[in-house]
Amino acid sequence: MNGYNFAYLDEQTKRMIRRAILKAVAIPGHQVPFGSREMPLPYGWGTGGIQVTASILGANDVLKVIDQGADDTTNAVSIRRFFAATAGVRTTTRTAEASVIQTRHRIPETKLTERQILVYQVPQPEPLYRLEPSRTESRRMHGLAEYGAMHVKLYEDISRLGQVAISYDYPVMVNGRYLTSPSPIPAFDNPKLHLMPALQLFGAGREKRIYAIPPYTDVRSLDFEDHPFRPHRARAVCAICGADQSYLDEVLTDDRGGRMFVCSDTDYCAGRAGAGA
Amino acid sequence: MSAPALLAARGLSLRYGAIAALDGVAIDLWPGEVLAVVGESGSGKTSLLNVLSGRLRPDAGVVWYRDPTGALHDVHAMAAPALRLLHRSDWGFVHQDPRANLRMGVSAGGNIGERLMAAGARHYGAIRAEAGAWLERVEIDPARIDDLPRVFSGGMLQRLQVARTLVTHPRLVFMDEPTGGLDVSVQARLLDLIRRLVARYAIAVVLVTHDLAVARLLAQRIVVMRGGAVVETGLTDQVLEDPQHPYTQLLVSSVLQA
Repeated sequence: MNGYNFAYLDEQTKRMIRRAILKAVAIPGHQVPFGSREMPLPYGWGTGGIQVTASILGANDVLKVIDQGADDTTNAVSIRRFFAATAGVRTTTRTAEASVIQTRHRIPETKLTERQILVYQVPQPEPLYRLEPSRTESRRMHGLAEYGAMHVKLYEDISRLGQVAISYDYPVMVNGRYLTSPSPIPAFDNPKLHLMPALQLFGAGREKRIYAIPPYTDVRSLDFEDHPFRPHRARAVCAICGADQSYLDEVLTDDRGGRMFVCSDTDYCAGRAGAGA
Repeated sequence: MSAPALLAARGLSLRYGAIAALDGVAIDLWPGEVLAVVGESGSGKTSLLNVLSGRLRPDAGVVWYRDPTGALHDVHAMAAPALRLLHRSDWGFVHQDPRANLRMGVSAGGNIGERLMAAGARHYGAIRAEAGAWLERVEIDPARIDDLPRVFSGGMLQRLQVARTLVTHPRLVFMDEPTGGLDVSVQARLLDLIRRLVARYAIAVVLVTHDLAVARLLAQRIVVMRGGAVVETGLTDQVLEDPQHPYTQLLVSSVLQA
């Protein structure tokens, strides 16, 4: 496209972001500040993820963008179109074909490989922000690995509700060192973070932070010995493809209580339905 | 004394502008001993407590702490992580205002369990059982383990703070006017409780108070401060029965006789 640099951002900005990414990869789970730019979409729509994607995209990359698992929602469609226009890269909806996958709120059901990079859009990178109002103090807590307060939150949930009541953005310990927000993915997806072959990059545009989980990194969801982490899944099968292991969305179909469960990962679901599963 | 001191301070000085908050203060504290620091407002008691606990850096002087292995540490030369670790394991701090120490939005059990979890406890059942046992030890009904501190009375809050502080079995606890702001009968109950727990777990305490009755009840030794300097020190009974320094004599004689 005329008038734009490849993938929209200028080369100096991409260079700055790549440096932040390199540092983030070197310290798994640690939030690295970066000079977040104004992007042509509002905060909360993936300004962090889009900057990370722009900085790592090459001419031969194949890009997939998903929003809540779906390829056909507004956010996914517009970001995919944005990079098709500004970088001219090939885009796809097939998880296996993509080399870079930008995601909001899900990890694809299809297992990712070492040849792929997963870029998360992160609204709030600080896992302690509901517990500790001061950023200075929460940075100190990260520095000294003082994470007792996070377990107090889990303790409170169990004593009030009998179980940990965090269904998304479930905090994890990365590489046994940094408490990290996995972005608002469902807790169901947390086990996929652990020892994932693909590089995982997290970009928070408004909060100006980048962090990373390198391939094959140990990622543990916080829990108690006698209340182990249990990912939650709706007790149903997908109405379209019949999957009984995937993460399901509940869809209302009329105003008389009609509802159905379908896979939130549209590519996975379409692949299974097409194969006659 | 023959046993080595747990905490020793030498030549502590601290000035706020022209005012000397501490002026060449030296203090020794032995394991399991309760030491009361008394004096009027502005005499430097709280400054001394903050300096001893490493929360405030003195202009001059040194504070030594002997850890369980017998090694000596200069409290103000310790790295921040080591000092913070000390504060949440070996040491405790009881504030005058329990709200400064408690998490008001977290249940009583969570408040007590926090120090255990910070120390690495990861078994929910064990943490809860320990929290319940400590509620009982500070005379709060264990059935209230899931209540929020905001529904507790002032005396209960203070006892909850004591439980939260002692749950990790610290060797040394700093107390800043623990009975301040409580009415007399509640004070008596709290003092009785603190005395029992401190004796049972052999905890050394530096107790700051302006109330000589509190010092008499809890402390074995007493330090009288005035204008940032120690004017008299000795066994509690000895100092209170036979005060030598004119200021101590004034303090003792100003206590109202009921």
